[in-house]
Amino acid sequence: MTATVQAAGTVRPASTVRRRIRPVRIILGLLGIVVALVWAFPVYWMLNSALLPNVVLQSSTPTWLPFGGSFDNFAAVFAGGTFLPALGMSTAIAGITVVFCLFFAFLGALAISRFRFRGRTGFVLAVLLIQMLPAEGLFIAQYKLMGSLNLLNSIVGVSVIYIAAVVPFTIWMLRGFVAGVPADLEEAAMIDGLSRTQAFLRITFPLLAPGLVASGVYAFLQAWNEFTVALVLLQDNSSQTLPLWLRGFIQASASRATDWGQVMAASTLVAIPVIIFFLIVQGRMTSGLVSGAVKG
Amino acid sequence: MSTQNLVVDQAAPAGPPPPRPPKRGRSTPYLLVILACAILILALGYPLVWQFVTSMQKFGLSQQFGQPPEFVWFDNYVTLFTDPYMWTVVARSLAFCLVTAGVTMAIGTLMALLMDAVPGAVRISLQISLLLAWAMPVVAAMTVWNWLIDWRRGVLNTVLTGMGLDFQNHNWLAEPLSFFFIALVIVVWMSVPFVAFSIYAGLTQVSTEVLEAAQLDGAGLAQRLRFIIVPIIRPVLAIILLLQVIWDLRVFTQIRLLQDAGSIASETNLLGTYIYQLGVGSSDFAMASAVSVFVLVLTVALSWFYVRSMLKEDDS
Repeated sequence: MTATVQAAGTVRPASTVRRRIRPVRIILGLLGIVVALVWAFPVYWMLNSALLPNVVLQSSTPTWLPFGGSFDNFAAVFAGGTFLPALGMSTAIAGITVVFCLFFAFLGALAISRFRFRGRTGFVLAVLLIQMLPAEGLFIAQYKLMGSLNLLNSIVGVSVIYIAAVVPFTIWMLRGFVAGVPADLEEAAMIDGLSRTQAFLRITFPLLAPGLVASGVYAFLQAWNEFTVALVLLQDNSSQTLPLWLRGFIQASASRATDWGQVMAASTLVAIPVIIFFLIVQGRMTSGLVSGAVKG
Repeated sequence: MSTQNLVVDQAAPAGPPPPRPPKRGRSTPYLLVILACAILILALGYPLVWQFVTSMQKFGLSQQFGQPPEFVWFDNYVTLFTDPYMWTVVARSLAFCLVTAGVTMAIGTLMALLMDAVPGAVRISLQISLLLAWAMPVVAAMTVWNWLIDWRRGVLNTVLTGMGLDFQNHNWLAEPLSFFFIALVIVVWMSVPFVAFSIYAGLTQVSTEVLEAAQLDGAGLAQRLRFIIVPIIRPVLAIILLLQVIWDLRVFTQIRLLQDAGSIASETNLLGTYIYQLGVGSSDFAMASAVSVFVLVLTVALSWFYVRSMLKEDDS
């Protein structure tokens, strides 16, 4: 191939040939910028509207330029008094989901990547198939179940459903990480005198930390954003997660001709933790999602 | 190049995993999976069975006052499958799902190719935009879109009117067709990032040397796409397409929240919202369960191929 390149009359490395600026590249570059702007526009519009005073938003022409610099809408959202309880509820549910889900999934991943046992294929099959079950196909039964256990409108009830919904994917995601740590490392440590458990805790566990963080954030995002199950299981106004609270906020606001400034401030408050967490682990999640196959 | 390898390449710092024979007591793996199994059986397995049983019972007014439901076997399914409204909802769901998944795949693929072709700075701004759209929680995103398409002061109507078209006070959600068009735009906006990033990850696996060699041998862009790029990223494309179809078949939140914003539910119901209406709205658990079972069977049938290919990969 080198011969071909030289025969074609160029001595530059291949990469330079590709990077040569051509009109097509410039047009594609401009197109890329336009697409980027269009795609980000809704997010920009949310922030912009959240920071504009309502008088401006109610005029018939939209204000395009950014950021009115007023935090009145945010202050009004907090003053409403329902945001902080919903934030507490969401944080508690997401926290419980992350902790239990990671613990269960970690043990499960260990089992399928380090042991060959009877029923293993069945377990892996269940893990894969369960991810495909639509929440919309099960929520009526889950509602009846939680009703009979007296767990409607409770943090525990929703958390149990969330843990079960997220565990299969986390097992699948962690399985890749566990398999990536060679068991030889543990064996070497055991020859050096550590017990199997010690070897695992000191050698393997630290190497799994990135995987645990990525799957933990994934579980957090799922629990933080989930809407359908929460809508069905949490029907009491005093126990609402943030997505439910946001929906209620819009409906309340709609009765007085939608206070869009406050609604956008509320949306921003729900979105910001997600955006921050997401940006941190996105690289790992993209690949994990392709293999594990669940989206939020 | 399998997708699984993609993960291992990026996630695992160490070498290839040798398959391990069991070292110790045979009960260890079972103890490890017992917690995961317990919660799955409680929160998914039991409801699944309940759903199947209930779909063969009759839930009338007297059951809402505590009478035990009677078994009617397949009567609910017969009622359901002879109900023209059910078929309308099924057809609507399938049409929405296929069109949305198709559009998402097309735009996602073009976006991935664009990311591959533009200079670094442009690529990064594209990626940041996509990440923002991807990271938006569904309910927050829906709220923003409802504001963009608001019939009185929304940006969309202002821009269209400014371009000389008459969209003053046009309510996009009033007509089912434009309702679903808006739903499609929103779902595509939210799903394209995943598709674009996944295909882009696949594209980076295509070696530039091979592409250059083909180019020097006279292969045009179309030929390079068809004979080199597509075969290499085909597994990624197949899995993503399947996932899009499954996700778009069960779309609930977007439709529900758009319905909130003002449209006639019976004309815009998809399978998810129909189950919700039957079960939570009118407490007809039996009919809701029958529709749920139908959706479950449809989903499992669709995902069977994917699961089989994952299992093969796991064994190798």
